[in-house]
Amino acid sequence: MWKWLHPYAKTQKAYQLCNTFMPYFAVITIVCFAVGWVWGLAFAPADYQQKDSYRIIFIHVPSAIMSMGAYSSMAIAAFIAMVWQLRNAELAVIAIAPVGAAVTAIALITGAAWGKPMWGAWWVWDARLTSELILLFLYLGVIALYHSFEDKAAAGKASCILALVGVVNLPIIHFSVEWWNTLHQGATITKFDGSAIHPSMFWPLMINIVAFVGVIGWVTLIRLKNEIIQREKHRPWVRELVSGGKNAV
Amino acid sequence: MQFNSLSEFIAMGGYGFFVWLSYGSCLLILVGIFIASVTSHKSSLKQVEMQIEREQRIKKAKESSV
Repeated sequence: MWKWLHPYAKTQKAYQLCNTFMPYFAVITIVCFAVGWVWGLAFAPADYQQKDSYRIIFIHVPSAIMSMGAYSSMAIAAFIAMVWQLRNAELAVIAIAPVGAAVTAIALITGAAWGKPMWGAWWVWDARLTSELILLFLYLGVIALYHSFEDKAAAGKASCILALVGVVNLPIIHFSVEWWNTLHQGATITKFDGSAIHPSMFWPLMINIVAFVGVIGWVTLIRLKNEIIQREKHRPWVRELVSGGKNAV
Repeated sequence: MQFNSLSEFIAMGGYGFFVWLSYGSCLLILVGIFIASVTSHKSSLKQVEMQIEREQRIKKAKESSV
């Protein structure tokens, strides 16, 4: 039943698959960011309490959610790499990590820029903020670990283990606002009894979340292609790709 | 449209600095990682290309010296 998947274990097939998916992610990214930012900045109504400062929500919440989403996908790839020994999955882990780190950094910076006018402080050692900071360190740890080994097979394995161990941080981030008394507000969108946000703010937020999915996918595919080339540079198909088709870049 | 003029839009009801700081840094980071990724991919391909050319030069040199 799953036989059609098998060819994609080959790096060449995976590289081609990256090329197939890339334009879709590119379109999603550009369209959703354009619509989401204009809608969020200019057309969504101001909040009755936080006025226009709440417009940071349209990048803060999507980047925070997707920093965890990217980590989950990285961990799934790490799991696949460990269990089925698929090298492509290992390369995917290495490709996602810097993108996830960038998105986590965005969540932290926009959070600080929102915290200053609303709480009066750029940073507090609150459970939500601290666990998100640890997520950034986990991403950086995965990247650093991979680059600290000369033998890339061992490096990939070590990174995968760290990525898997770090999964324990995801529920901590999500439930931090319930388990501890925090300054950070509780969940608004991801509540079981329906969302507590008005549609006029919900839809631009959703579009921005999709935009972040798009950009993470897009950049990850570019990085994955690069990792494949790096790892397979002596293979005939890479040489053919380089010398034969200039359009394959 | 929630704003009457461009200056009102930029001021963001007094929160302009924080709002634009957020959107600016987000744009900077995303564009930055995108450009870095594209550049490193291109340079990897270039490296392979140069390696192939180098091998061909060596091969040619060997043939001409025989």
